[in-house]
Amino acid sequence: MPENRYDKAPRPGQGHFVAAPEDVTVGVVDAVSVDEAPTSMWREAWRDMSHRPLFWISAFMILVVVVISIVPGAFTSLLPRSGCELGSSLLPPSSEHIFGTDRNGCDIYARTLFGARASVLVGVLTTSFVVVLGTTIGAIAGYYGGWTDTILSRITDVFFAVPFVLAAIVILSIVPTRTSLAVALVLASFGWTTIARITRGAVLSVKNNEFVTASKALGMSRAAILWRHVLPNSAAPIIVYSTVALGTFIVAEATLTFLGIGLDPSTVSWGGDLSTGRSSIRTNPDIMFYPAAALAFTVLGFIMMGDVVRDALDPKARKR
Amino acid sequence: MTTTISLTDGSTEDAPVPAEKREDGSPLLEIRDLQISFTTATGTVDAVRGVDLSVYPGQSVAIVGESGSGKSTTAHAIIDLLPGTGKVTGGSITFGGRELVGLNRKETEDLRGSEIGLVPQDPMSNLNPVWRIGTQIDEALVANGFQGSKAERTARVAELLGEAGLPDATRRARQYPHEFSGGIRQRALIAIGLASRPKLLIADEPTSALDVTVQKKILDHLEVLTAELGTAVLFITHDLGLAAERAEHLIVMYKGKIVESGPAAQILQDPQHEYTKRLVASAPSLASRRIQSAHERGTEAADLLAGHADEVEATVSDVVVAKDLTKVFHIRGSRPGAHSDFTAVDGIDFALPKGHTLALVGESGSGKSTAANMVLGLLEPTSGTVLFDGKDVAKMSRKEQFALRRRVQPVFQNPYGSLDPTYSVFRSIEEPLALHRVGDRKSREARVRDLLDMVSLPQATMRRFPNELSGGQRQRIAIARALALEPEVLVLDEAVSALDVLVQAQILTLLNDLQAELGLSYLFITHDLAVVRQIADLVAVMKDGSIVEHATTDEVFDNPQQQYTQDLLAAIPGASLEIGG
Repeated sequence: MPENRYDKAPRPGQGHFVAAPEDVTVGVVDAVSVDEAPTSMWREAWRDMSHRPLFWISAFMILVVVVISIVPGAFTSLLPRSGCELGSSLLPPSSEHIFGTDRNGCDIYARTLFGARASVLVGVLTTSFVVVLGTTIGAIAGYYGGWTDTILSRITDVFFAVPFVLAAIVILSIVPTRTSLAVALVLASFGWTTIARITRGAVLSVKNNEFVTASKALGMSRAAILWRHVLPNSAAPIIVYSTVALGTFIVAEATLTFLGIGLDPSTVSWGGDLSTGRSSIRTNPDIMFYPAAALAFTVLGFIMMGDVVRDALDPKARKR
Repeated sequence: MTTTISLTDGSTEDAPVPAEKREDGSPLLEIRDLQISFTTATGTVDAVRGVDLSVYPGQSVAIVGESGSGKSTTAHAIIDLLPGTGKVTGGSITFGGRELVGLNRKETEDLRGSEIGLVPQDPMSNLNPVWRIGTQIDEALVANGFQGSKAERTARVAELLGEAGLPDATRRARQYPHEFSGGIRQRALIAIGLASRPKLLIADEPTSALDVTVQKKILDHLEVLTAELGTAVLFITHDLGLAAERAEHLIVMYKGKIVESGPAAQILQDPQHEYTKRLVASAPSLASRRIQSAHERGTEAADLLAGHADEVEATVSDVVVAKDLTKVFHIRGSRPGAHSDFTAVDGIDFALPKGHTLALVGESGSGKSTAANMVLGLLEPTSGTVLFDGKDVAKMSRKEQFALRRRVQPVFQNPYGSLDPTYSVFRSIEEPLALHRVGDRKSREARVRDLLDMVSLPQATMRRFPNELSGGQRQRIAIARALALEPEVLVLDEAVSALDVLVQAQILTLLNDLQAELGLSYLFITHDLAVVRQIADLVAVMKDGSIVEHATTDEVFDNPQQQYTQDLLAAIPGASLEIGG
């Protein structure tokens, strides 16, 4: 260290400079702003989402599908099955049949509207089951660790290794009546693995936070910490994945029904209509277009919503 | 310490001119009226507002400021490394007479590394973990146009590493970053920064992630190295003591503006601006005394120590006593069943007298936090006992232990991790009360308001969420939460280490006032001896799991007995500097 460093005369432009006091005002260190409304993480995420057009577009798409699935009759006077007349088979679109009729003479517009219910029902039910099962297993594995984690993680791996569609085909072929609930249960019993893994990862990263240690030091029980602190802080990735998964479960249901092992043929569904429409694909390909378009519209809505939610909840994007 | 450095260099065009020859020349780097803005969702934020500074060849200049002052932003603008939406909106940066603002990407890339080097802040994340150290230095050489064969480059890499102070450089070059400690990694980063003999080295908080003794070694070495190479250094730091010790010219920044600049000695001895005055007054390495009020309590610390020097029996006045406390961790090996034992805490004894502060000081890995966790009951001791008010904690029933939780509470280091982000401030502070069934909803709310008053936060804060508060405010909330159950002992685990100097001084004063008011006892865990002097009555210095020195604060600072303690004290940046009143 040069001894004379402080004795040197300052060089040009490096003399002692002091800002005018009024130029930089030094306020109270660390003052709290009390004027703005308080914002929680969720409220901030909402504020972020509400500024994005994609959020409103996808929310509108989902709303349309959900309303149609609840009251399809409000949008058409025709019925999907009982109004069918074989005599009016394969009619082109007209004022009476907006989308035309299928091979059985049923109104395609009505069938497309009524088909929404099965898809939305299976999607919502499957996602609910998957979230409950996957979150429980993932959270327990991640939070308790050790042997519990090893066993639960291996079980998850075993289910993960089974091809999803293959397992669904095998099990559904022995189910006597394939209702929406039955299909949802089968889909959920093999579809929970990804969410279990996501939850486990999220819980692992949250559980080492100091607020968790602080709660332990208060004497809070492990289960209570998991429920009150760890899970709420792990919720963001679970919500994001569930939104996207809802779309993919709807696709899975349609695929299985198309193959003839999903919903019973008595249930009006887009997968079933695609399957029956296939027989006339050479002559009337437009019959398949409408259920396929409805399916794509629904799934797109949920996947886009998942994207928006992910952007809003991304911890890196969040204001510190 | 001094290493001989060969200046014969493969790339002759970059060979440095000795600093003396350019002594009276024009500035190497000149920044005039620099303006930098960031575009955010809520509008434009002016991060730097009209900064002027100059660096002469071979000179060392330091920019000092707290987080958010714009010091790093200014430095990054020089080499066009502004993050995200940052943009230079006005002013000029000239380097060796050449304007840098508005250079295209190719020109900037040519400049980086070969003309201006950078030593980044965090040695843990700034080396690529999948590449060997040697490969990463080699890459820096190639990127800056080093002409030479593979063998020549390998030789040069070893030379650079040796220069940066790594023994056995040839072998080191073949190792991966994870095989190195933080200090060695920082040396490797310095080697990369100086690989092409730049004229200016920007050191952005180069040692703030390292232990003080390591920090001192590295800064000493960097100083020798840059002096021999004639490299100018621009330090970016939050530590006024470090800046004054290492640089001849200081620039103090606050809220994007320069509040004061000038010769280091002059700024320290005669600060003019209100902010600089506060900074000099609060810098822990410069402030030399215990925050007063401990002595007002009328007890002489020396008497206290005499009471438990023979740690055979706990005296009544000791609220926490640790006897022969040991913690052994089993580290899982590569094969099942294979494991090794690691003794984190090795038979330590200490006593915390009621109403006083005991500081456990040590560098990373010394076992101080493990000891704290055993006192908190978060870890079970392998052997030895923790006595609380003379009762063995391990022998208590579950119910007694739950009751004990109320009497010992922690405050942790990280103000961003110690509060649940999904809980409002009210819920965070109320939680301990609800858990221990204290009062009804209304009395609990009154208590939360009292606690907020106690930590000097407006009561309206209770409706807010942690993400809206600054680090210091969060730490106040964490203290309020810890105080909710009226504990007798607070375990402060690096509780002020992550805070800016002024905020840190405020929190220390707050802790001190609370101690005087409520008769609290503090177990203060820290790596920072400078802070210890401000808050502690007694000090226990830990090294490798053992206590090497245990005495009153004044004794430790005035008359350290152990070599290790002396090294620690000598490593405090700015310890040797004199400041004016």
